[in-house]
Amino acid sequence: MRFVIGLPFLWLGLFFLLPCLLVLAISLGTYAPDSVPPVELGLSFKSFALLFSDDLYLAAWISSLRIAATSTLVALLLGYPMAYAIARAAPNRRPLLLMLVVLPFWTSFLIRIYAWMGLLADNGLIEQFLRWSGLASNPGTILGTEWAVHLGIVYAYLPFMVLPLYATLEKLDHGLLEAAADLGAKPFAAFLTVTLPLSLPGIVAGCLLVFIPAVGEFVIPDLLGGTETLMIGKVLWDEFFTNGDWPLASAVAVCLLVLLVGPIAIFQRNQARSLERRT
Amino acid sequence: MSSTVTGDKAIVRIEGLTRRFGPIVAVDRVDLEIARGELFALLGGSGCGKTTLLRMLAGFETPDEGRLFIDGQDMTDVPPYRRPVNMMFQSYALFPHMDVAANVGYGLRRDGVKAAEIADRVAEILALVHLQDHARRKPSQLSGGQRQRVALARALVKRPKLLLLDEPLAALDRKLRESTRFEMVRLQEQLGLTFVMVTHDQEEAMSMATRLAVMNAGRIAQIGTPHEVYEHPASRFVADFIGIANIIGLDGGGWMALRPEKIALSAERPALPRTVAGRIVDVAYEGDRSLYHVETDAHGTMTVSTTNISRSAGAAFARGQSVWLGWSDEAGQRLEA
Repeated sequence: MRFVIGLPFLWLGLFFLLPCLLVLAISLGTYAPDSVPPVELGLSFKSFALLFSDDLYLAAWISSLRIAATSTLVALLLGYPMAYAIARAAPNRRPLLLMLVVLPFWTSFLIRIYAWMGLLADNGLIEQFLRWSGLASNPGTILGTEWAVHLGIVYAYLPFMVLPLYATLEKLDHGLLEAAADLGAKPFAAFLTVTLPLSLPGIVAGCLLVFIPAVGEFVIPDLLGGTETLMIGKVLWDEFFTNGDWPLASAVAVCLLVLLVGPIAIFQRNQARSLERRT
Repeated sequence: MSSTVTGDKAIVRIEGLTRRFGPIVAVDRVDLEIARGELFALLGGSGCGKTTLLRMLAGFETPDEGRLFIDGQDMTDVPPYRRPVNMMFQSYALFPHMDVAANVGYGLRRDGVKAAEIADRVAEILALVHLQDHARRKPSQLSGGQRQRVALARALVKRPKLLLLDEPLAALDRKLRESTRFEMVRLQEQLGLTFVMVTHDQEEAMSMATRLAVMNAGRIAQIGTPHEVYEHPASRFVADFIGIANIIGLDGGGWMALRPEKIALSAERPALPRTVAGRIVDVAYEGDRSLYHVETDAHGTMTVSTTNISRSAGAAFARGQSVWLGWSDEAGQRLEA
């Protein structure tokens, strides 16, 4: 019994905590280009100092947070009506609608992003459609812009927004909306005063599930974004694989982790509270 | 019979109201008038259409046919949020994210009443239901009885022309239910409002309502005061649904309803116009009264009740005992259907 309970902890210790400590150790080392691996362990804060002195990293941070925040907002605005519609659909149709939401997961994430490259490319389907429909006579290439990065993030993370929202909206007692209407609330007022506040745990959960991975996203900005799209995940990749500066890359990773601890803690508290409310 | 109300006194007028759900006719061509200041009960078993009728009054269901007037105005197609009607829900439907004061003040805020006036009116109504000390509690921090009073206060605070109550006492335990019954009648009289209540509990309807409608299969079987409906049931259904009735076939055809307490039970043949001999097959001692099932040759098994006046007697007759039943000519009600 003790072994069964201990197994997950062993797993987490071995594959989560240990790597984290390794990254921390490397971030405190110094860059040694001639040794393998290119790092000399020690207790140096040089890499962190560099992070805070070079504007590039701050700019990448701010740009990552901005892109993640706007993408989260767009995902919320798209995901809320979707989740609402599924929660209000006939009970026997909900499983099908939910399956459609998670259907994209049946294909590899990477392949789907490559598919978007094709759609967004020069003379790709989307550009052709825009020209054919007359919506834009000379739309220009979308691929390689920040638009494409936003689009990719919203597309990839939308299910993570829809599912927790659906979970809270589905539990919402329809009688409460009848009570609101009975007391004189027009449908939109009833939504603002009853549905929206009661779905707040779902909104918080969905937003954090999109925001947290989006901040550190690497694949989407790398494949869909251009050179002017600066995101911290991409900076990390460049430091590690292009420049081979392991300590600096590790310092970036440590900062990313520290920065996301706040939102993750909010997420945990939110989950714990909505669990409490259910019991 | 008091089944109609003179025109201008009627707060509710329903004409041929019908509501279908697929092949099921939930409410079937119902005509009904309810007078101002009444405590009117819609009584019936589950699926009789009483709740659908109430929901049409609130505006949650749209009738397929017929018209519905509230205070003389046609409300048939008016949405719930524009009706001068408030409802107390069976589940109470209190907003879990608002405290008691916010729940009660919700309807006033929707009407754009000034904050100071809302505070006054909420405090006033909370005092009326003895919840003035619980204004800052959330519904989850209240007992079942307190939640019921919050729901009532929330529906009353807008002083609706019509207050609808969907099984208002169903969620309370028996003891609380009885005291709440009197409390609600007191409030209704004090505020001078019209209450329309749905219930499956005939005792509740009988003790609270000024008039009641017994519903069956989407139609109104009988409308009248509790006294009229109990003592003068119009049909076998009503006689059987309200209280206990012995349905006796008459010589010339037709039926008669005879209540158990109208029958005298004795060991010797009583000096009454109608007598029948029988044998007791079952005794149910209920404390205040005893119920006997008596097997008779003339009318099959009949139910008779005796009031247990003396403490020592217990059930006065034993199972298997041969007895006589007797009743007067006026004791029974001839049934039309």
